[in-house]
Amino acid sequence: MSEPIRQVRSRTLVMPASNIDTDQIIPARFLTTTTREGLGEHLFTDWRYAPDGSPRAEFVLNRVDPRAHRILVAGRNFGCGSSREHAPWALLDYGFRAVISTEIADIFRNNALKNGLLPVVVDEPTCRWLIDNPGVEISIDLERTQLTLAEGREVPFPIEPFARYCLLNGIDELGFLLSRARHIEAYERTRDGGG
Amino acid sequence: MAQTLFEKVWRQHEVIAETADTPAVLYIDLHLIHEVTTPQAFQVLRERALPVRRPERTLATLDHSTPTRTEQVFGGVRVALAGAAHQVQELERNCASFGVELLAMASRERGIVHVIGPELGATQPGKTIVCGDSHTSTHGALGALAFGIGTTEVGHVLATQCLLQRKPRTLAIEVSGQLGEGVTAKDLILAIIGRIGIDGGTGHVIEYRGEAIGSLDMDGRMTVCNMSIEAGARAGMIAPDETTFSYLRGRPRAPQGAAWERALEAWRQLPSDPGARFDREVSLEAQAVEPMITYGTHPGMVIPITGSVPEHTEDPAFARALDYMGIEPGTALRDRPVNVVFLGSCTNSRLSDLRAAARVLRGRKLAPGVRMLVVPGSQQVKAAAEAEGLHRVFIEAGADWRESGCSMCIGMNGDTVARGEYCVSTSNRNFEGRQGAGARTLLASPLTAAAAAVRGRITDPRELLS
Repeated sequence: MSEPIRQVRSRTLVMPASNIDTDQIIPARFLTTTTREGLGEHLFTDWRYAPDGSPRAEFVLNRVDPRAHRILVAGRNFGCGSSREHAPWALLDYGFRAVISTEIADIFRNNALKNGLLPVVVDEPTCRWLIDNPGVEISIDLERTQLTLAEGREVPFPIEPFARYCLLNGIDELGFLLSRARHIEAYERTRDGGG
Repeated sequence: MAQTLFEKVWRQHEVIAETADTPAVLYIDLHLIHEVTTPQAFQVLRERALPVRRPERTLATLDHSTPTRTEQVFGGVRVALAGAAHQVQELERNCASFGVELLAMASRERGIVHVIGPELGATQPGKTIVCGDSHTSTHGALGALAFGIGTTEVGHVLATQCLLQRKPRTLAIEVSGQLGEGVTAKDLILAIIGRIGIDGGTGHVIEYRGEAIGSLDMDGRMTVCNMSIEAGARAGMIAPDETTFSYLRGRPRAPQGAAWERALEAWRQLPSDPGARFDREVSLEAQAVEPMITYGTHPGMVIPITGSVPEHTEDPAFARALDYMGIEPGTALRDRPVNVVFLGSCTNSRLSDLRAAARVLRGRKLAPGVRMLVVPGSQQVKAAAEAEGLHRVFIEAGADWRESGCSMCIGMNGDTVARGEYCVSTSNRNFEGRQGAGARTLLASPLTAAAAAVRGRITDPRELLS
């Protein structure tokens, strides 16, 4: 069991670049960890810090108070590349609870859902509006699968129904799979018998 | 009803079919694991006092963060990076306590996870294969349904041998005709990614088909399927045929004797039925493909080596990418100086890749100032290359000949490219910092990489193949 998630309400932090890959979110040199914690420190590290370790003043994460921004709005195809679950772990550890884009890469989206980071896919005009209005307060309602923008406009978003059910009820998917043991055993009997 | 290769494999592995409310419970035949994406998954098993459900369907290797220097692999010299060493020890400990077979550091069968699966015959047509690594799509070259998963899902497979999955859509990529001289499977897949875009396959399983695909050897097919993820696809597959069967026959983990005959009969049923429908279809002509090279910071930013970088594109990241690369819009890449050449990775580190590079390097030297790293995909590839003297070609040219691993593709073991340096690399990702912070990667084939090493400049490999 994990904490149920019903709603995320926050100001947005905007990174308009398209194709933000998981190597940018968390570079491979930080993947030697054997735990899930503490990766927020290295989130977007090569965009956040210059080679001498000083913060790059122009980078958005260095310009705003991260605790006030729990929703990341990004350009198309966010999270492409490597399957590293360290990417959603790092975003969550830093404080993000949702990512909004017009397209979110498959493996990243799966990994995000399994950790309670909401992947929210919206249409092009909505994403454009969000990119053009950084810092607005919006809310993401998982129960109604709707995004409420600052002026009250509501935009529906798609989400895999079972993942939504698990997030709303704090159910973990491993528990669900384990409860299907009898089906798995039956399947193995038919398969293993036949080679 | 006529079915695709993907649909056949999917259906054969449905423990419970999907419904509107729940994803399918999909059975996994082979779970490949490595040191980087498993420690947190084993930790979940420990916390919940769960065993590995089918240890014999699980195979572990060490590749991502392992050293490639012989004295560090086999000698008493400490692994270069402490964090990496700790991760290696964790996997050794987890495999021992959960009863999982590990191809350990000194094993003659160790190597990059996507090289050893097929090489050992563990990868077979019709199997479902997963690994905590996005390049698991490689195994689809043998007609398996193979895809990358995250660490939470690694835990699911360890504990239940199953995954919850929504059925992806299908995309047929038909490649007619034959590739020209000096044009390789790597050039073909780079051309495909350039055509459909790095998100062109999102939500889909690709089936590569057509004359040019059927003519590729298994190593070439693996190169193509390997980079399916660089087009955003869930998996890439190629129908098994006589090339596949003769590759697998006699491999240690392939079926033997009567079991081989039975398997063969089942595998022959797998190719897509005539008239099977795909959700999308794309076609291209192999003759039109030239040696390809990337100029930007994702694999879709790619041009023929004879061409020029675009003046502008619709990609909002174009200007930033060129700035990172230190490359001007509208310029040719040919004759640009390079600092490093990397021959290796799960994309291009198999015997035929090493042979291709050696064909260019034989009797030649690296250009002054160029550093070249040759990292075979597995210890078996290394041994086979040495048996035919390829290592001498590389060493005499002035390259570094190393033990197997992911090495400079991902730079986790300390094999990195320095800030600002240009590296022509046979790997799969040219993302910012992929080969080291500030490193500038140009993806290309083993032939193009070897040509760059000899000339010290980006070179059309066909100039050196006469």
